[in-house]
Amino acid sequence: MFQSMPLWPARASTLANNVDALYIFLLVVSGLMSLAIFTMVVFFAVRYRRQPGRRAEQIDGSHALEITWSVIPFCVFMVFFGWGANLYFKERKPPQNSAEIYTVAKQWMWKFEHMEGQREINELHVPVGRDVKMIMTSQDVIHSFFVPAFRIKQDVLPGRYTVAWFHPTKAGTYHLFCAEYCGTSHSGMVGSVVVMEPKDYEAWMGGGGTQPLAVTGQQLFAQLGCATCHRQDTQGRGPNLAGIYNKPVLLEDGRTVVADDDYLRESILQPAAKIVSGFKPLMPTFQGQISDEQLNALVAYVKSLSQASGQTGGKNMAAATAQPQM
Amino acid sequence: MHNSSTATVNHEAHENPALLHHFATEQQQRDAASLGMWVFLATEIMFFGGMFCAYLIYRYWYFGDFGAGSQSLSVVLGGTNTAVLICSSLTVALSVRAAQLGKSTTVVVCLFLTMLLGLVFLGIKGVEYHDKFVEHHVPGASFHFPGHIPAHPDVPINQQHAQIFFSLYFIMTGLHALHMIIGIGLFAVITYYAMRKRYGPHYYTPVEIAGLYWHFVDIIWIYLFPLLYLIDRHK
Amino acid sequence: MATAVLETGERETYLNREYGIKSWLLTVDHKRIALLYLMGITFFFFIGGFFALLIRLELLTPAGDLVQADTYNKLFTMHGQVMVFFFLIPAVPAVLGNFLIPIMIGAKDLAFPRINLLSWYLYMIGGLLMVYTILNGGVDTGWTFYTPLSTEFLNSHVITAGLAIFVAGFSSILTGLNFVVTTHRMRAPGMTWSRLPLFVWAHYATSIIQLLGTPVLAITLVLVVCERLFHLGIFNPVLGGDPLLFQHLFWFYSHPAVYIMILPGMGIISEIVCCFSRKRIFGYQAMALALLGIAVVGFLVWAHHMFVAGISLYAAMIFSLLSYFVAVPSAIKVFNWTSTMYKGSISYQTPMLYAFGFIGLFTMGGLTGLFLASLGVDVHVTDTYFVVAHFHYIMVGGMVMAYLGGMHFWWPKISGKMYPEGWGRLAALLVFVGFNLTFFPQFILGYMGMPRRYWDYSHSPEFQILNVLSTAGATILAVGYLLPMVYFLWSMRYGKPAPDNPWNAAGLEWMIPSPPPTFNFDHEPVVTWEAYNYDQIREEVPVAQ
Repeated sequence: MFQSMPLWPARASTLANNVDALYIFLLVVSGLMSLAIFTMVVFFAVRYRRQPGRRAEQIDGSHALEITWSVIPFCVFMVFFGWGANLYFKERKPPQNSAEIYTVAKQWMWKFEHMEGQREINELHVPVGRDVKMIMTSQDVIHSFFVPAFRIKQDVLPGRYTVAWFHPTKAGTYHLFCAEYCGTSHSGMVGSVVVMEPKDYEAWMGGGGTQPLAVTGQQLFAQLGCATCHRQDTQGRGPNLAGIYNKPVLLEDGRTVVADDDYLRESILQPAAKIVSGFKPLMPTFQGQISDEQLNALVAYVKSLSQASGQTGGKNMAAATAQPQM
Repeated sequence: MHNSSTATVNHEAHENPALLHHFATEQQQRDAASLGMWVFLATEIMFFGGMFCAYLIYRYWYFGDFGAGSQSLSVVLGGTNTAVLICSSLTVALSVRAAQLGKSTTVVVCLFLTMLLGLVFLGIKGVEYHDKFVEHHVPGASFHFPGHIPAHPDVPINQQHAQIFFSLYFIMTGLHALHMIIGIGLFAVITYYAMRKRYGPHYYTPVEIAGLYWHFVDIIWIYLFPLLYLIDRHK
Repeated sequence: MATAVLETGERETYLNREYGIKSWLLTVDHKRIALLYLMGITFFFFIGGFFALLIRLELLTPAGDLVQADTYNKLFTMHGQVMVFFFLIPAVPAVLGNFLIPIMIGAKDLAFPRINLLSWYLYMIGGLLMVYTILNGGVDTGWTFYTPLSTEFLNSHVITAGLAIFVAGFSSILTGLNFVVTTHRMRAPGMTWSRLPLFVWAHYATSIIQLLGTPVLAITLVLVVCERLFHLGIFNPVLGGDPLLFQHLFWFYSHPAVYIMILPGMGIISEIVCCFSRKRIFGYQAMALALLGIAVVGFLVWAHHMFVAGISLYAAMIFSLLSYFVAVPSAIKVFNWTSTMYKGSISYQTPMLYAFGFIGLFTMGGLTGLFLASLGVDVHVTDTYFVVAHFHYIMVGGMVMAYLGGMHFWWPKISGKMYPEGWGRLAALLVFVGFNLTFFPQFILGYMGMPRRYWDYSHSPEFQILNVLSTAGATILAVGYLLPMVYFLWSMRYGKPAPDNPWNAAGLEWMIPSPPPTFNFDHEPVVTWEAYNYDQIREEVPVAQ
């Protein structure tokens, strides 16, 4: 059922090819270096084995050699560093129009929620050829979202969001593992990522009568009374939330921060932490009153208020670009 | 460093019973003890350093709440304690000097004063801890720290952040107090030997290195006091 | 040299000077303290090894069918804690370092013999607390005990384990303190810094790390224990704390800790390679500087354990870059050992076989460290068996082999008896083969994606074959480790008496009898020769008996 190659993980994302290339390069260079050293050691051990009539020749050292075999390996190491850092830079920056999937990890399962509203447990369906961004948080301890076939891994923390992204290239079913020890059933916190051809994915999507996440968020926004203060005009006692996602916000103490996912989350759970300039700290905290899933819905809703103004946020799969970003 | 004469070991031992068997000369023994104490103090810096690091990070993040917590501490008591400790460092230094000069009575008197001042410090600390307990500022189930952030009358204090302040307050001052108790214990032993005239210009190493330890404990307090007690007091 | 004689007519040695348990438990002789440590170290090595065997047995099949999940979690946790804190960190310094450093520098003892004894008692108390933890149900946090799992979510004996490690940590700090002061103040006339054996330099560099790093672990443990007892919230996001703060504090010590584990081993290898090549070390200055360089730069790389933990992109890049810096001095050492063999006169006694093994396996372990330092690859392989293989190559393929090599090299000096050379070589071979079979497949497993700390992998049967190979290797490795236990003990009774210098090696320790007298030297030596003066030593290594 799971795709794999003998002694090698399946290659199912754009990143996988790049990581494998770097890995093979590392293997070859390290292999050559090891071989060189092993050969020398064995050769010297045999060639200079103790023999009657021959004594060891005392050699103090050689500055030239020390410098040579410091500088050359260092240069090689810098190649390893540069290549790896370049790859990491891309790996940590999700492309602009990625589709977003909210993930809540808990002991010992993975809960996914698509923007269109589909909820999945331990099994994640995604289409081939789209950028997908996982926005993840944990309900309890630190977990880690690991899909070997995509060559991605990202710890999932309680109390904040962490992000991972990938671009699947091949349909199939691939392992999903929790990679941060999280207690008794850590090894049971596994699942699968099912990559489907776009047509099959559409079919799967259409199969449920689900409500988009942002709509759920809108309902909560009204239910919890957020709309009372956060109005769309300037009369509200709280800031107007339209168009704020990923924009800079001037705070009352003079700092400017970007209204990213963590900012939105914190604003709901710890409103007094950052007061917007010109407003009073009146907002009550919702910590302990809403679940992580409800929190995700609210954040998705606020982000969707930016779509009209053309900013990225809350993208669903259909809107995500089909071009690989690598 | 030790000179290169081939002096056979320990002929000095006959003259000085304080010289231990594995040292060649008194100088070597003294130097070793002194270096040993300095190295030990370096480890203590790292030990407290971890806590200072945690404190600095949270203070940066939760400045307002930490300010509120800080202002609930008594500058009078803390300041008095600071003066007390500084005086005790003076008495310690005097005792070392007296030992170097062979004035045994002065040594004993100064050591007693040091311990007394140390106990005064601990007593005042006890009063402070008691106050915190009574006001429900001790982290735990009954923690309750109402009020507003200094200079922001409409921003209530975040209870969790305040509790972190007090957690760090108790752990940092508690560990400091523990080090003081150990120091007082050390001085008790040394005073006992001083009364038996064990120390003089020929041998005063224990007084000196215990003094070093005490100065270090003092310096830690000199950092703790402004960091914990004096946040935002000028406003 | 020394000819002190007891009433019985025997030559006085540190072993026969006094008998009785009190003379051991209240000794201040660094050599006796070294043997006291040897007993504890060996005990904990076999406990940790036993846990490892159970782990490997469980992993023979994909299903979790040998022990329960919680038990398995305790096994790998305690395997790690016991091996790291009660074997790897103390082993070489507390046994070989304690025994040899005063002798190597021409002193009668360490600077602070009573603190040395205190160190041992602290180690034993920590060890007792660890045994108590094990017997009372164990702890299952992972040796890294990340929060909030360890502070809020587990019911096992986290606090007693934490206390055990805290106490053992103080043992480590005091040993480091003793070594630093001893090296500075107790050198004999003529024993300048540039004449010190690299074994002493290695322990000096190690001691610096022990002194500056271990206290940070100590305070981290205090904070974790307080957090657990009083639900404080320093590391708990639900209460306003930050779990990443814990990781930074933990790794600030635990990364340099791996250098505490390997540097003494490197010191041993220098001694062995020089003796069995009959040559002075190639590049003495570079080797000494490399030791110091590793110690210093080792403090700057800790967050390479946190590349996927949620740190900033730019922090990750800096730590990756610095991690490559620390690889350079390690590489220099491997090249220098190899060059020392060039034009030497090499013989293959057991210590040298372990040295060969070390050079090969440490090279592989070190190179795989470069894979992990490379951010793009690390994202895939971190928290998998690739990391497990990497650190076992260094710790077991490197450090344990160096320890065994050192034990064989100095056993004649310590015990006054020769170990049986044939069995020694057999054991070395078994260890080498067993080790590679156990851990090489784990690199492949890791890249395939098998996460670490997994009790059950029934969802991934493709992992099984490599796990079976690994377990097979572990059984061979176990035999390889048991053999020296047996024949060292055997040799104490039946081994050939050892001469002062069975290897015709250079160094002050070989100029005194085997076993040494209690105060090491009759007269304080005056050193007029450079380290590794094999140019002045005309004899070769005697042929194996």
